[in-house]
Amino acid sequence: MDGWRPGASARTLRARAEVFRAIRDFFHARGVIEVDTPLIGRFGVSDPAIEPLFVSAPRDAIAARRFLQTSPEFAMKRLLAAGSGPIYQLGKAFRAAEEGSRHNPEFTMLEWYRPGFDLDQLAAEVADLLGDCLGALGRPLPAVSTAAYAELFEEVLALDPHSAETDCLAAAAAAFTDVSGLVLDRDGWLDLLMSHAVEPALRDRGLVVVKDYPASQAALARCVERDGRRVADRCEVFLGGVELANGYRELLDPQVHRERAAVDNARRRAAGLEERKLDPRLLDALSSGLPDCSGVALGVDRLLMHALGADRLDEVLPFSWGRA
Amino acid sequence: MASFSTNEFRSGLKVMLDGDPCSILENEFVKPGKGQAFNRVRLRNLKSGRVWERTFKSGESLEGADVVDVTMQYLYSDGEFWHFMEPNTFEQHQADAAAVGDSAKWLKEQDSCEVTLYNGSPLSVTPANFVELEIVETDPGLKGDTAQGGTKPATLSTGAVVRVPLFITQGEVIRVDTRTGDYVARASKN
Repeated sequence: MDGWRPGASARTLRARAEVFRAIRDFFHARGVIEVDTPLIGRFGVSDPAIEPLFVSAPRDAIAARRFLQTSPEFAMKRLLAAGSGPIYQLGKAFRAAEEGSRHNPEFTMLEWYRPGFDLDQLAAEVADLLGDCLGALGRPLPAVSTAAYAELFEEVLALDPHSAETDCLAAAAAAFTDVSGLVLDRDGWLDLLMSHAVEPALRDRGLVVVKDYPASQAALARCVERDGRRVADRCEVFLGGVELANGYRELLDPQVHRERAAVDNARRRAAGLEERKLDPRLLDALSSGLPDCSGVALGVDRLLMHALGADRLDEVLPFSWGRA
Repeated sequence: MASFSTNEFRSGLKVMLDGDPCSILENEFVKPGKGQAFNRVRLRNLKSGRVWERTFKSGESLEGADVVDVTMQYLYSDGEFWHFMEPNTFEQHQADAAAVGDSAKWLKEQDSCEVTLYNGSPLSVTPANFVELEIVETDPGLKGDTAQGGTKPATLSTGAVVRVPLFITQGEVIRVDTRTGDYVARASKN
């Protein structure tokens, strides 16, 4: 009989509203403007690990279906290329089949882009923003530290994630969970180790900015040479061991963009997934010139979960997937 | 039997894994924002009782196990098998020592218990949480003992040995928590 009730208490709803307001105040004070791009687009991302939800009218052909956006990235980049200057978007994003204590298929994402910022500047701004959001709830910002992806693997697992053989990664994983029957590529094992071994080790370390991801996990970040090794100029922000934000020094070159999409689609094919067409308007925007910029997406629901000491997203959402 | 995908794994679901029926205890979805999604699943092997965690790629599936829990009446033991009956159909099942295991010491004839059937045969037996059994042997109670006193061992009609207060005497019927093996109270005599 109580199925109609929200997961979030009245107190939690007020905290959500405080955080929304802190975010808008933060960007207003810094001259970053709010934009609201479409939630429904004609194209979806090629990332093999991200599946969209579709929308279609009753008599639409499959070709006419549209994608609920998994992030506002493509539309925001078109705005940047058109000369918007620094922009942010606070809204819903959708990812199929991602449901659990830290995942909800429909979630609130804050994404922003800073022309002229490098990734360190952007990571510093993420920490400032989190300080304001936590402050609005009367909570202090924990200690902030930075670590390279490889440093953490070295420390927690005593292996080099850039050079270790796949077998060696699989053997390391077996110490943390039963992996019998699991068939993964090299990045899959790295993901398993990151989520099962490294993340839990970050639980008591406050705010940790992890940078220099393997080049194979660059997604739409630029790759750079660091200490003679090619890495992705990408960072992830962990708060209390929970992944909160993912930032890139954005890839500008439309040709490299096409190549990355081709690699994604090859992996999608191999995994039996539908391939994704590249958005030609995004490519045209990139060709016309995306300003040198860094961008980041942050999970607002997870931030609330952390700030309020909740164990499940369901406790901080008005109506999670199961209640919607 | 239907098969179940990782996103359908719920606590209590029975699945086949490595040829054995298992019960799912917990299922946690983990996924880096950009990366492979996994389900970390805690399972109990219903044959061995072993509990462990296995990680699956999200979207993989397992075949369901033909496992059902049925309330049955315990009839008797012939020394090799324990015999049970479904009260509605009068259908009888026999369970061996491996299936009955430690539960044997709580089974009193005519009592109801939960029999887990795997492909129609008893896989395990779970006694009621509380059973009432007669004490067949214990040292005599000492005068002046009260409820706060110490305890002594008592052998029950089924062979189980439990610690009881000193004032409890042979021939009395007591109530025992089968999950812990603890004495709960004197049972009212019928």
